[in-house]
Order: sequence, then structure tokens, then C-alpha cells
Amino acid sequence: MAELITYREAVARALAQEMERDDTVYLIGEDVAAAGGVFKTTPGLLERFGERRVRDTPISEEAIIGAVMGAAMNGLRPVAEIMFSDFLATCWDLVANQIAKTRYMTDGQVALPLVIRTANGGGVRFGAQHSQSLENWAMSVPGLKVVAPSTPRDVIALMAASVRDPDPVIFFEHKGLFASRGEVPDGELVGRLGEASVVRSGSDATILALAAMVPKALQAAHELSARGIEATVVDLRCLVPLDTRTILSTVAETGRVFTVEENPRLCGWGAEVVSIIAEEAFYDLDSPVVRITTDHIPLPASDILEDATIPSVARIVDTVIRSLD
Amino acid sequence: MNVAVGAGPDVDTRLRVYRMMLEARRFEEFAHQLFLEGLVKGTSHLGIGQEAVAAGFAAAMRADDLTFCTYRGHNHTLLRGAPPGRLMSELLGRSEGVCGGKGGSMHLTWAPTGAMGSYAIVGAHLPIAVGSAWAAVERGTGQVAVCFFGDGATNIGAFHEALNLAVVWDLPVVFVCENNLYMEYTPIGSVTAVERPAADRAAAYGLEGLLVDGNDPDAMYETASDVIARARAGGGPSLVEAVTYRHGGHSRADPGTYRPDEEVRQWLARDPIPMYRARLAGAGASEERLEEVDQSVEAWIEAAVEEAKAAPEPTVDSIATEVWADGGSRWRN
Repeated sequence: MAELITYREAVARALAQEMERDDTVYLIGEDVAAAGGVFKTTPGLLERFGERRVRDTPISEEAIIGAVMGAAMNGLRPVAEIMFSDFLATCWDLVANQIAKTRYMTDGQVALPLVIRTANGGGVRFGAQHSQSLENWAMSVPGLKVVAPSTPRDVIALMAASVRDPDPVIFFEHKGLFASRGEVPDGELVGRLGEASVVRSGSDATILALAAMVPKALQAAHELSARGIEATVVDLRCLVPLDTRTILSTVAETGRVFTVEENPRLCGWGAEVVSIIAEEAFYDLDSPVVRITTDHIPLPASDILEDATIPSVARIVDTVIRSLD
Repeated sequence: MNVAVGAGPDVDTRLRVYRMMLEARRFEEFAHQLFLEGLVKGTSHLGIGQEAVAAGFAAAMRADDLTFCTYRGHNHTLLRGAPPGRLMSELLGRSEGVCGGKGGSMHLTWAPTGAMGSYAIVGAHLPIAVGSAWAAVERGTGQVAVCFFGDGATNIGAFHEALNLAVVWDLPVVFVCENNLYMEYTPIGSVTAVERPAADRAAAYGLEGLLVDGNDPDAMYETASDVIARARAGGGPSLVEAVTYRHGGHSRADPGTYRPDEEVRQWLARDPIPMYRARLAGAGASEERLEEVDQSVEAWIEAAVEEAKAAPEPTVDSIATEVWADGGSRWRN
């Protein structure tokens, strides 16, 4: 049996699955309990698991992240919600200086099994401070695992894997995907971190994408197919650990690579992936690798402007066609 | 100041506190000496002069209670049970150091006895201590978290966020401000809106402003016993301001010349260790017993220093270990 559910429903289902299984899993954040989350990703959890395990916090991002860090070192497996990923900037000391480094600095004395969930990404007309795609901030800090699912099924499977992981995980939920639907099987669903998914196979080009760029890459591949170009689409799903094996094997099959990145240009995840390809698969390439990214600008609020800068299906199609000419 | 009243701790407890202070003092004096010899590298922030705070609290804490401290954390980590030779080895960057040489002076940690870390970004550990106390409540362990920080930390946002959440969630955490009058080089009074950086702000969180003589080990011990007992009994957090003084500068690079000579002289005259020794001598501790402690601590520190000096250097194999729980550092397949 399978069921069609939304990406946002998958978040609550994933958390419920893990909280049911393990009574050391707790959820805290701003408006996550009584209100069910400002994006309605956590409704019903308070009623089901009670006010001790699902708890509203003040608007205190440092306290939220500090709390889950301290709790993780004292026997809980807590999950924190940072309402918008942009707000990570207000608690980045706790994330990047403390959580990421503590295991290493203490030579393994202190383990931090925790998850920081956060609504990420644009396309929702919120402007520059509520729309960023910040996976690469986390990716650049040793000691953080970085997950960004694109489907309801992966939300559940990778959230479960993140909660069960013994290391700190930053889990990016894409705002633009919350209303999207996908099939999920009945019963417990647990994935593995660090495994990309080849969501479409074609021999002419490889398109590497993440989160909300995955459905756009798939739509682009569909349109390219109508024009005689068959593209492989890889959903990276995790940036750390990075499934370079899958990336490099698809590069070897197609010889042409495109990244589709929602982040601004400089130091996006694609830059790292491209450098790996250049070092390790240079002779597999038939043409230069092309990165399709948002411009290197703060995101504008206007729908006209925002849509013009975030990679679109048309831009992916055009870029691939021009490059293959 | 709310100086503790009553008969004070018994002689055995006082001797224990005296010994702890002396251990901390001698440990740091040797750390400084090894720094001058070029064996301790980088930087170090000494708590010489502030030992009464660390010893008073450490003596009052239960074995499974949790300590969070700052980069000025040699004293706290040592007195919560870290093995001295391995602690000194860490300052020397040796593989037998408590953190394998990866932490260094500013990140001393000894989790097996609840010394949950030295935090070198001012204020960061206050919310972390809150979280550990939250887990203690949820797991029903009865642990209390004690979080030491300097006067400078009261002006950073994490102080406010942590205090507020600790009170709202009614958690067993004790916040201890070691007010040594200077945030690094600048007098705390010149950058703070109130006279008492912690105690005067307690009311903002519905807490009592507890101001204690941080150079009086008995006052520290009794205050610590009170607030820890209250926290353990479900009475929620406390905020203690212990007024004390560091004998040296902020860090090894700082001679502390910005401090008036007369102020330094007065505080050196209030050095908690000789003061306490004299008090104990007048309160039933025989000179023989005090002498025994003094000699025992000398042997203890010499052994620790010898152990550290003899400890092997780390091998480069350890550079990329313990990033992840699998022991390694792989970020790709």
C-alpha cells in the first residue's frame, strides 16, 4: 500500500515515527507545539506526544540550539526547529563553533546526536531574509551533516536517518516544496544519509540537483527529451556525506554535467562538486561543466524578479541545449 | 554582599576546599612556568586569584553534576575531577592530553566526571548548560548543571536567552558569574548599564540577585550548597555573582598594566589561599594537617608535570579522527 501525502505532512509523519520509536526524541522550536509550526509541518505532535516532548520556545535561536546541544550531550536525541534557515545566522556560533566542533575538540568525549530542522529556500516572495538556500553554509563547516530532501518519501526516510544518526545533522526543508505531493509506503521508512538518487536516466547529459531544483531538473529533462536529448537527473539529497560515487559514475556515462543550484553563485555546492569532477573525472568529460545558479545577489521579493534569478525549467532547458550544440 | 552566615563548613570540608584551591593554584603556576619554557604553546588564561569560586562549587557538587566553564577553565576542569597529568598534557599538546591535543588550553573537557567543556566563545555555554539541565529533568537524573562565566559574558545576547529559557522551563541550572572586574582589558563597569553586571540583572528574570565574596571559600561553598540544593529539589535556576580578581592579565599576552597599582595591591592582600589557610589555622585545623596538605599538593603537581613532560607527542594519524561518531572524518564515499 502507498499513500499520497504532502511534503509538509511528511515532516510531521517522520517526526511522529521517530518519537514513537524512541522516547528520548524531543522537538522544540518557535510555535512548533500548540500552533503546529508556522509552516504547519508539526501539527498533531503536541497532542500525540505531550507538552514535555513537543515544546514551544521563546524567540531565542541561541537558546534553542544551545538547548538541543546540551540535551544531546546529556542523553536526549533532540530535534530543534529554526523557523527560517536565514535565522541560522543568529545562532551560527552554536551551530558552527560549538556543535560542529565539540566532538573533535574533545577527541570524541562528547557526542551530539541532534537534528536542526529548518525551512529553506525561495520562490515564495518573502524577500532576501526569508528565502535563502543556505545548505552551503553548513556544508562548509567540518562536523555537520547536511540533508535537503526533495520528496515526501525522502523527507520521512532521511529525517528518520538523521534522528538516528549519532552526529549533528542540519535538515533543510524546502518551503517551495511543502505543498508538493508524493507517494509514501505504509509502515516505517528509514533511509541512509549520503546516498544520492538517480531519478531519471539518459545518456546525453547529467543534471545534478538538490531540493526544489530536483522537480525543475526533472521537468527540464522531460522537455529536453521531446527535443531528442536524454538527461540523467541526480537528486543529491545529502551534501555531507556526499555521494561522489553516484555523481562520478553518471558523469562517466554521459560526459556532460550541469548543476542546478538555488544558492547564489559563489561557493555553492556545485562549485565543490565540479572541482571533484575536474580532479577525478576530467577525461570522462566531453564538454565544460556548466553551473546553473541563482545570480550572486540577495533574493528580491517581487515574483517577477525572484523567478528571473532562481534557475527555472526554461533556463535549464536552454542552457543544456546551448551547451550541447 | 549576601555573605553566608552560620558556623561554616566543618573542618574536613574546609581542608578539602583548601586543598582544591591549592591544587588549582599550583597547577596554573606550573602551566605558566611551562608556557615560559615554551612547552605550553598558543595562549592560556589563568584563574590565579579566583580559585575560591571553582573550589567552593566543586566541593558542593554531586559526582554526576555537570560543569560548563570558559576558556579560563583550567581550575574548573581540574577540580571537577580531570586527571591532572592528562590535563597538563593537553596544555602541552600531547597525545595523552584529555582532548588528545586537539582541544588545548581553551577547550579542556573531561566528560567522565562531568566537566562538560571549556567554551571559548563568550556566552555560548550558557544555553548549552540550560540544555543539559533540561535533559536532566526529562531523564529524571537529579543532576544540576553549573555554568561559570565572566563578567563580560553578561553583555552578550546568549546570557539573556539562556537565563530567560532556564527560568521559563524552571531548570536545575546555576549560573555563576565570576566578576573579576575586567572584561578582558576594559573595566566591566565602564561598559555595563548597571553596577553589578549579573546580580543587578537577576530581577529581569524573576531571580534573586545573589552577590557573594568570590575570594571567600566558605561563602562560595555555602552559597553553592544552597543554590545547588534548591535546583536539585526542583526550585529552579539561580544566578550568583561572585566578586573576585585575577592576579594576572587577561591572557598570557597581557601584563594587566591597565589596572591601578593600589587596586592590584588590595586584591593581592586578599589572596584567597593564604587568607583561608590562616582562617583554618584559627578554626581547628592544626598546622600539621595544613602542612601535610601543602606537601601533598607539591608532590601531586610534580607528578602531574613529570607525567605531562614525559607524555608522547601526538602522531599525525590522529589529525583526522573523531570528527564523526564513527571515529573518522570522511565526508564522501
